[in-house]
Amino acid sequence: MSASDAAAVQARIGAHLQRRARWRWPEIVFWLAILALIFVLPSRAGIINEALIAGLFALSLDLILGLAGIVSLGQAAFLGLGAYAAAILASWGFAEPALGLAFGAAVAAVVGLVSAPLLLRGGDLTRLMVTLGVSLLLGELANRNSWITGGADGLNFSIAPVLGLFPIGFTGQRNAALYSFVVLFILFAIARRLAHSPFGLALAAIRENRLRAGALGVDTSRRMVAIYTIAAAYAGAAGALLAQTTQIVSLDLFDFHRSADVMLMLIIGGAGYLYGGLIGAAAFIVLRDVISAATPEYWEFWIGLALVILVLAGRESIVAAAARLIALVAPRAAGRGAA
Amino acid sequence: MLTILLDGVAYGMLLFLLASGLSVTLGLMNFINLAHGAFAMLGGYVTAILMNRAGVPFLATLPAAFLVPALLGVALERTLYRRLYGASPLDQVLFTIGLVLMAMPIAAYLVGDEPQQVHLPAWMDGRIEVHSVGIGVYRLFIIAICGAIAAALQIFLIRTRFGAQLRAAVDDARVARGLGIDVDRIFAIAFAVGSGLAGLGGALAADVVGGIDPSFPVKFLVTFLIVVTVGGSNGILGALFGSLLLGVLDVAGKYYAPSIGAFIIYAVMVVTLIVRPQGLFARGDGR
Repeated sequence: MSASDAAAVQARIGAHLQRRARWRWPEIVFWLAILALIFVLPSRAGIINEALIAGLFALSLDLILGLAGIVSLGQAAFLGLGAYAAAILASWGFAEPALGLAFGAAVAAVVGLVSAPLLLRGGDLTRLMVTLGVSLLLGELANRNSWITGGADGLNFSIAPVLGLFPIGFTGQRNAALYSFVVLFILFAIARRLAHSPFGLALAAIRENRLRAGALGVDTSRRMVAIYTIAAAYAGAAGALLAQTTQIVSLDLFDFHRSADVMLMLIIGGAGYLYGGLIGAAAFIVLRDVISAATPEYWEFWIGLALVILVLAGRESIVAAAARLIALVAPRAAGRGAA
Repeated sequence: MLTILLDGVAYGMLLFLLASGLSVTLGLMNFINLAHGAFAMLGGYVTAILMNRAGVPFLATLPAAFLVPALLGVALERTLYRRLYGASPLDQVLFTIGLVLMAMPIAAYLVGDEPQQVHLPAWMDGRIEVHSVGIGVYRLFIIAICGAIAAALQIFLIRTRFGAQLRAAVDDARVARGLGIDVDRIFAIAFAVGSGLAGLGGALAADVVGGIDPSFPVKFLVTFLIVVTVGGSNGILGALFGSLLLGVLDVAGKYYAPSIGAFIIYAVMVVTLIVRPQGLFARGDGR
């Protein structure tokens, strides 16, 4: 192979990667549709807001599970951390939401960074247990240190308008949804950029085969710590949003079922292409709304049944069927699912 | 002091009984069964309901608390679990979480949300004094029965033909099949025994944890997982020592340092994972 051939191959690969990273029209329609939904259905802004935040939370799990293949049963740890950090900051008088958001994400990121090295040892089972253990440990800490967290009573606080202009909370449900939408979109765009960057490609290599990725010269440990920290920050941001828009935090943020729910959301939507978490979260929230209106006590049963069927039927086959459907509707967009 | 030690040993023995089934499925068969607590819950319910509604004496309910979860375990293993033996850990986790999410509302629907109490017979409820050390009779009973089961399991696994076949099937299912071992049957029996032991553990634990309620599978899931992590996943003895260590530390910690007591078992787990990821009592490199 001559030098010019190599250069041509490199150029082709570069062009291919750039083409993949380009925003496609279904994506633009997707985001505009959400925005329109907030304005068209102001009475449902509460549930839309909830779905947006859940979507951000699921996106944080997709970053580690979908991109890097790290299984976690403790993503709720960072949701709770972000929520409590934002709430405590607000109760100290720093009521600006944007500040609380950044603080919540930062605190979660620091704890993510500290706990990430625990994930590098052992297999999937060890990771499941470490993540689960960390989230329960933090929940217990929040429970014990009630002088700062309010303990089992939770913590009530008031919040200033966003950037001093837009009041959020119970009186400003639509503003709250818009605030969450803007945050979600910005963070999503960053995540999308990450996924298409060399860093994202290295993570995909780690996901497929960590040993080989290491042999190719990828520093797998550092990449995994980095993405885990970023995902923690995302979950922290989701928690901060949740705290600010509901203006209450309670210990159930750390619960096991939060981590299980978010995993379910991601699996419903499909992991690995970033939109899965958002779609799954919306489907999950709407489903829960419908089912719990019908049978308020036993809705978990139907969620469980859905999970069992999903696994037995084969997640891949469902994703493949969805991809075929997309290919029928929009042939050009079909390649996304595989990325 | 000795009382606390004995309480801790009894608690550890209970943990062992509850988790031993998990150390078979998870440790030996390498299947992540998060629904293990549901079988324990079932065992607890069988005992509580037989006692409270049918008036069966406590001891007589224990065989049923073993058999019912064992039968359910075998049925589920044959129909559902076996499809996932080769699946990725993520699929196994999702599947068993699904089972847990289904089990809890079913329990709440059939039995109700309030904890079902197991009332011990009077002769078990008392304490005896040995050299001025107070020992709960029920604690002694737990230690005796769990110790016997642990010994039986260890002998069963090491000395019998079935134990050898199970270990062979676990090490390499394909070669074991080639040698004429009926791997499917072996796994089904192992799963049934594990589920049954969990059920028995649930029945015995009902009094200690203040009744069985629908949230039992989730509440104790973490404890089971910690036991298996600390004990190491290959072998009964590892699980036994791990359980005893955790039981004693937990009870002593809650007694001497109540403010940090709840953290001790988590701390033990984290330290274990850092120092010996394969488990404190595991031989070789583990999995």
